[in-house]
Amino acid sequence: MNTVVLTKGVPDFREGQVSFDEDGHLERGETPTVMNPNDEHALEAALQTKVRRGGTVSVMSMGPPGYGDVLREAMESVYADDLYLLSDREMAAADTWATAITIATALGKMEPSPDLVFAGFKTADGETGHTGPQTCWAYGMPIVTHVVSMEVDPDAERLRAKRLVEGDIEEIETVETTLPAFVVADPEFEPSYRRAEHRLRHKDLREETRERAGEHEEHLTVWDHADLNLDPDYIGLDGSPTVVSSVDPIPKAPAERDATMVDPESDEEMAAVVDEMAPLAGGE
Amino acid sequence: MTERERYEAVVVGAGPGGAAAAAALARNGVETLVLERGVETGSKNVSGGLLYAEASAPYAIDDLFPEFREAAAERPVTDYYLHNLAGDRVKTFDITDLHEHDTEWSDAVLRRKMDSWLAERVHELTRETGGGLLTGVRVNGLLREDGEIVGVTCDELDPIEADFVVAADGVNSELARDAGLMDWEEPEEWFQGVKAVVDMPEGAVDDRFDLDDGEGEAHLFSGDLFEGVRGGGFLYTNEDTLSIGTVFHLDSLVAEEAEPHELLDALLTHPLLARWLDDGYEELEYAAKLVPDSKKVAHPSPHRGRLALVGDAAGQMQAQGPIIKGMNHAVTAGALAAEAFVEARSRSDPDAAGALYERKLREEGVMEKLRPRRYRAVRTLAEHDPVTDVLDAVLDSPVGRFGVRALGDDLERLYGSPFLSMMVPDTRTPYVTLPTVIAEELGDPVETKNGVTPPDLADRIGSLTYDVDVGNPHIELVDDAVGASGDAVTACPVSARDFGGGCYREETVRTNGEERRVVSLDTQPCVECGTCAVVADTDWEHPRGGKGVEFRQG
Repeated sequence: MNTVVLTKGVPDFREGQVSFDEDGHLERGETPTVMNPNDEHALEAALQTKVRRGGTVSVMSMGPPGYGDVLREAMESVYADDLYLLSDREMAAADTWATAITIATALGKMEPSPDLVFAGFKTADGETGHTGPQTCWAYGMPIVTHVVSMEVDPDAERLRAKRLVEGDIEEIETVETTLPAFVVADPEFEPSYRRAEHRLRHKDLREETRERAGEHEEHLTVWDHADLNLDPDYIGLDGSPTVVSSVDPIPKAPAERDATMVDPESDEEMAAVVDEMAPLAGGE
Repeated sequence: MTERERYEAVVVGAGPGGAAAAAALARNGVETLVLERGVETGSKNVSGGLLYAEASAPYAIDDLFPEFREAAAERPVTDYYLHNLAGDRVKTFDITDLHEHDTEWSDAVLRRKMDSWLAERVHELTRETGGGLLTGVRVNGLLREDGEIVGVTCDELDPIEADFVVAADGVNSELARDAGLMDWEEPEEWFQGVKAVVDMPEGAVDDRFDLDDGEGEAHLFSGDLFEGVRGGGFLYTNEDTLSIGTVFHLDSLVAEEAEPHELLDALLTHPLLARWLDDGYEELEYAAKLVPDSKKVAHPSPHRGRLALVGDAAGQMQAQGPIIKGMNHAVTAGALAAEAFVEARSRSDPDAAGALYERKLREEGVMEKLRPRRYRAVRTLAEHDPVTDVLDAVLDSPVGRFGVRALGDDLERLYGSPFLSMMVPDTRTPYVTLPTVIAEELGDPVETKNGVTPPDLADRIGSLTYDVDVGNPHIELVDDAVGASGDAVTACPVSARDFGGGCYREETVRTNGEERRVVSLDTQPCVECGTCAVVADTDWEHPRGGKGVEFRQG
């Protein structure tokens, strides 16, 4: 079972890490890059497949050379065998369409070809949730989104997955598809290891990877547009049909409750509070 | 449905008994899976802290794990003292000879460090057989088919089948209870120990105990400092810390309504301790543990079907007078259980392992140490209240006191007799009356002022690490009447009268115009000692794997 996990480096939006300028714009140079938090669930799904069914896990990302650290982080958490970085000035400033074309081409170049491709549910910076499905469309294989649990039958070459369907009420839908397939892991994805042999294998993999992650660059393959035989007009900024007309700061959510400031030193204002509260204390 | 998992042997619990069993099984090529509920091995394990290697025992821990002493132990015990206390008067006996009787070596240990080291070795050994060691997995019961034990069930894993199940799951063994081999009924069958691991400044252990490299001390304390509760205190030197604790008969704790943490404080603040502790007292960890009294509960036939009990799970904890040995017996029993299975398997009769294990325990002399015949003989005579009263009265009378004075230092020789220590009855005479009279008649006053301020119970609980299984308490109070469960309020080591932050407290509840005193339970600060399972009416289970308290020292 050969699996690939797609991941992206994003600004670390956690309190204390992220940095904004006076106008509320992200200061990219001041904010560290981390693995997109949602991708963790894709990594967990891939790891579960490797632990249960064996095979390899490769992690792929598109971005500047500095993404090597993000890939190393991914390698440590998913015990990956290989890392792929698609990195080239021509690929820069791509929208989801151009990104999908690039990644799909890279997936097609992999040998052996992947049985399963995993992606997380939207990135913390773009928030579109498009790249996964578009990559899948460009590559051409069935897709299952919002996956919360899954099991692969390699002999029958089938995938059975439970997906979370959000509507007025949340429902779990069980679907089946053929391999190769594309899986978008939901943030609710829960890996499950109910057999001791799986947990023992998990422990083995952790040991093996501890050594591998130390020398992760030896397991890193970098491809540029020439390696992928891609026309620069169809990738990066030039290949992106999306036009950004303007950017607005996110408006603050309106408060759900009204607050009145009261000066505790003011007898008058405190008396008003007591008058207002008194009926409530009486059980009204 | 996928096929059930199956291993030749499943060992439940990775303390010294489980580790010994697993290592011996794996070395004989038995495919062995070890399941440990702690988040890391050792995180659930507490002991007073002395591990023995007995000359007469067929297995010691360094036979099974050759690097053990250098890698996992603290200091050896090269001097052993017994202090008889009465007020500030102290009479000290050197009982090193008794300690060295049948002893190859004995080291102080801290269980987190020791057990996590053992677990790494055990995992390496068992992994080669196709098994391995897993942490964070709680075995919750026995898997049965047609009434026969065929494996184990777990919270975190699907049921697992095995030809041989070793229950090394500690004093509160859920497997021993599932099999009907042990119960939690009688307080007089148990001791409760509490312990503080005390941080010492660099070099202070060497300086204050006057120790050189490769030296360490053990001290026992008994007399009138524990409010008449039957039991005593101990102090062991570790590398850079001290293990100081108290151990009492649970029935006596209950009868006296004593607070275990206060009895520990009575020891910590005794003038004698000022030799070693100053006002810079810093406690690293407060812990508690139930201890089986092997004289009464060591199971003479600790097996059923494919299940064998080892260590505390089988009640294999020897506490006779100043002799306190538990972990070494668990190691021996674990290895003997493994031996039994390997032999039974080679005869194509794996189901005979249990009976063979029982025979080995007897033939290797383990059972005689755990349940000495001499004690049983004396017990029938001496453990009657009228006899105790007479003995106490005589001892306390001018005649008894004259006797003690006349014996003088010969008493030290008597205390050092392994023959006599086997017969010490479980009454207040040897624990309280005799040491008190000895100190009064023969002792000298200690004039040093003790500056120790032990932390209060709230601080002790506050500095423990917990991963609370919110909404899924592992203990349920079956009967909240004060008469049924009120003893837990004082006996629980993390509860106390007039303390709201512990597990158990008494409350007044008003319903329909009626007022009732009830006991209420909050399992959050629980240290999983099992005391309340014996003294209160509860449904008691261990928390799920990785949940609950996590000891850093142990």
